[in-house]
Amino acid sequence: MSQRKMIATRDSYGTALARLGAENERVVVLDADLSGPTKTALFAKSFPERFVDCGIAEANLMGCAAGIASCGMIPFASTFAMFAAGRAYEQVRNAIGYPHLNVKIGATHGGIAVGEDGATHQCIEDFALMRAIPGMTVVCPADDLEAQAAVRAAAEIDGPVYLRFGRDPVPVIHERLTDFKIGKGILLRSGNDVTIVATGALVSIALDAAQMLSAEGVNARVLDFHTIKPLDETLLLEAAAQTGAVVTAEDHSVLGGLGGAVCEFLSAHYPVPILRVGVEDRFGMSGHGAELYETYGLTAENICVRCRAAIAAKRG
Amino acid sequence: MEQDKKMELERFARQLRIDVLEEVYHAHSGHIGGSMSICDTLAYLYRCLMRVDPGQPHWAGRDRLVLSKGHASPALYAVLAESGFFPREELFHLREIGRLLQGHPDMKKIPGVDMTTGSLGQGISAAVGMAIAGKLTCQNYRVFAILGDGELQEGQVWEAAMLAAHRKLDNLIAVVDNNGLQIDGAIDQVNSPYPIDEKFRAFGWDVFYADAHDFDSLEQAFQQALAVTDRPALILQKSVKGKGVSFMENQASWHGTPPNEEQYTLAMTELAAPQQKEDRE
Repeated sequence: MSQRKMIATRDSYGTALARLGAENERVVVLDADLSGPTKTALFAKSFPERFVDCGIAEANLMGCAAGIASCGMIPFASTFAMFAAGRAYEQVRNAIGYPHLNVKIGATHGGIAVGEDGATHQCIEDFALMRAIPGMTVVCPADDLEAQAAVRAAAEIDGPVYLRFGRDPVPVIHERLTDFKIGKGILLRSGNDVTIVATGALVSIALDAAQMLSAEGVNARVLDFHTIKPLDETLLLEAAAQTGAVVTAEDHSVLGGLGGAVCEFLSAHYPVPILRVGVEDRFGMSGHGAELYETYGLTAENICVRCRAAIAAKRG
Repeated sequence: MEQDKKMELERFARQLRIDVLEEVYHAHSGHIGGSMSICDTLAYLYRCLMRVDPGQPHWAGRDRLVLSKGHASPALYAVLAESGFFPREELFHLREIGRLLQGHPDMKKIPGVDMTTGSLGQGISAAVGMAIAGKLTCQNYRVFAILGDGELQEGQVWEAAMLAAHRKLDNLIAVVDNNGLQIDGAIDQVNSPYPIDEKFRAFGWDVFYADAHDFDSLEQAFQQALAVTDRPALILQKSVKGKGVSFMENQASWHGTPPNEEQYTLAMTELAAPQQKEDRE
């Protein structure tokens, strides 16, 4: 597994933005003094006239993006997830979400994988916050190609999109990716005993878990839900019906994120046992990303434990 | 300003105030004081300055107005209706379920509203974004933003003010409606934003002064502001909250209280009196 190619999705974001900028003159990028870490500096270097550094002022960043979008351009407003979804929440909600403006929020450094900077910079509430805004699309790509495809697909949607990227390199899952569609999950592995629905960095970990489970004779289906909203209800319903047990996995609080969305939908349409892997209603802390994943149970081993429990909870 | 033009503007502004009164009275809710204080400014902007086309409210080259003090929506709706953006009849259904006019300005529902506002401090950022977009696309439209003086307590205003000057947005004119009152009382007793002019100057803006209820003064300030290059301009207008209705003037209590029937009748009599006098003459 250590041989796998690793790329941070924030790098993919930067690459894709620069490419998109060359193809589409309506693309404008805004940042809040983080163009190095968010990788929007690539775009800024190629298209300085279409790059706006708002400085350390995220409320104004979102408001400016709204104004720019109202004039027919496609702004990508970038900062860390903590400040995009957290600090500027009400600006995103009222100035972008409510008027359904064509703003793309490029939020990097999502989740506890941020690591050393600690809890103040580890946003584990962004899916919940963004998902609660009517009309907001919420995307968290799992690897390089998904991230690049997500940037392109977001630009083609007319309306607000929240894109969450990660700081640390994550394994490449797709060698090729031809049919990426926002709102459509990807079946990565077939299986009929249990379904693992994962997003972002947890997708490759879910695949590892499925591999481990297969050694025990348990066939886990793995669904890559790069889009948390709108939820791919068709794929989820089919999986619940065919496997009868679901485990969700995400670098996010277990409250209100992908796990919350899956529970909300299946409880109403196809109730099956659902267990959630994520951060258990507590804050993060400093440490390496990988150490934090161990500490907080965002591991293949813990997904396996939850899968076994979910299977055991199936009604006979 | 020529006398005829001034009289026409005064008539128009009186009509806007009558409309505001009708709106808030029939809605039994809404912000009348801060609406009355900006009626003359809106009259001047929409009658003399702004390039807009009520037939094409989304015309890309239009001048834009962001009512950052979005609670003064009754005044904005009045000027939009009187300019032909939507039927005047809608003014009698402000804040009603299923109708056009929302409690605060809504760009997706209401023709002529350029930005959804209401949460204070946010409109000025959107106006800065519009001005940036104008520069990026080499269009020569102007962006006007109207802020409350109490609104200056929002930190976002200063984030926006800093960026506007940094990017030399001379296509942006902000108006601060200095009526001196906010919900909890006098702005300088709640949390003073003074000196407003010096603060904006320190942020890199050119500042001009106007009497918000004198069209000569407004014209002078706006013409000076339009002539500014390489920096944004601020018009600090001294205004009277509740202007035009004697018992509402300079009363914080008229921030968000609708008039009862008796008060409505009295206010309407006061607002209509100058017109009746003019008609007699």
